Amino acid sequence: MKALGNFLASRWGPIVTGVAVGVLAPILVKLGNPGNMGVCVACFSRDIAGALGLHRAGLVQYIRPEIIGFVLGASLAALAFGEFRARTGSAPLVRFLLGMFAVIGALVFLGCPWRAYLRLSGGDWNAVAGILGLGAGIGLGIVFLRRGFSLGRNRPASAALAWVMPVLMVVLFLLLLFAPQFGRDAQGAAGGPIFFSTQGPGSQHAPLLLSLVAGLGIGFLAQRSRFCTVGAIRDMILVRDTHLLNGVLALIAAAFLTNLVLGLFHAGFANQPVAHTSTLWNFGGMLLSGLAFTLAGGCPGRQLFLAGEGDADAAVFGLGMIVGAGVAHNFSAASSTAGPGPYGPALVIVGMLVCIAIGLTMRETRVA
Amino acid sequence: MGAVKTVDARGLSCPMPVLQTQQALQDVSGGTIEVLVDSGTSRDNVIRTAEKAGWRVGVTEDADGSYRLALTK
Repeated sequence: MKALGNFLASRWGPIVTGVAVGVLAPILVKLGNPGNMGVCVACFSRDIAGALGLHRAGLVQYIRPEIIGFVLGASLAALAFGEFRARTGSAPLVRFLLGMFAVIGALVFLGCPWRAYLRLSGGDWNAVAGILGLGAGIGLGIVFLRRGFSLGRNRPASAALAWVMPVLMVVLFLLLLFAPQFGRDAQGAAGGPIFFSTQGPGSQHAPLLLSLVAGLGIGFLAQRSRFCTVGAIRDMILVRDTHLLNGVLALIAAAFLTNLVLGLFHAGFANQPVAHTSTLWNFGGMLLSGLAFTLAGGCPGRQLFLAGEGDADAAVFGLGMIVGAGVAHNFSAASSTAGPGPYGPALVIVGMLVCIAIGLTMRETRVA
Repeated sequence: MGAVKTVDARGLSCPMPVLQTQQALQDVSGGTIEVLVDSGTSRDNVIRTAEKAGWRVGVTEDADGSYRLALTK
């Protein structure tokens, strides 16, 4: 186990993780997940928000086992390698807001950074504008980092705190298995509290156990290798470090090849699965997302892996993503295949203003 | 030889520990810099940054699970 830990912590760790994601994601699509959506933390947070009734967009409601697997796989790795440690206290409320706006931006683009790379690997050229926006958002975040931006220090906390997020994921898994229907609508008809789509992307999913195992495997590898799809670009710009970037490049290459083998590669702009062709808002959505993820210290996957190893601030970011996904749909901001929602651009602008205010105002207060 | 400078990066999220280390490395041409971190991620990132800049790194783990990294050049 120690040898595996050392290997994953080496320069090969992010590469192995990237290859695993790049191979597994298209396989999950082949087995039932929506197109180019083998793994998407934003889309899956949106589906979970819908399944919990936090929004009522009937086409996107499902409790995605991949997300549960991400967190629990990271918990297993952290326990195995002695890195399971409770900590909190680094501006959790701000992290909640960043989680909300990161996912709102991602749902205007229609995908988190993971899916942006997966869409590119599937031949969806609309992803290029999204990835450029992501890079611009990360670049803006770096400007704030260089000016001294910080969300402050976390502190060690009671061991029990580290277990809250893993336990929440087990509860989510039970809700997925049993999908209780004891709710009543205004007319007294049964429905909820758990909602699953019967058509649309929410109804498309790989077999439950396979999705869970894929998520667990990715979570395990990514915890130890520190795989991060935002840190990859950030570290390249900030300190010329390609350690994490190699992982993302491996993901893109592996997903491209796997898509080719499975017959899932379709190049073009039009008629791409769960995507729209507005270059401006593909860019704008990911600009917001990239900024929010950079200020929070990592991509959505990384936040879930940190949450799995006991970082309660990252867990709050994750819960912010689920609430933000609900807000994106309830405020008609999330995009559809037709284009951005009517209030998508407005919410992106609000999000940019909030994130810029956070970037300008948050500073380290404790003298070391 | 005592540390000429100490960087306390405990509790900070990515990439602050690396940024603070890099700043400290740029301020001096050699000597010893002590960097305190409290996660494996920060430990590995700081080691990578320092070694890339030509510094040697010695690691000691404290009883509370944090790490003291002695950077020398």
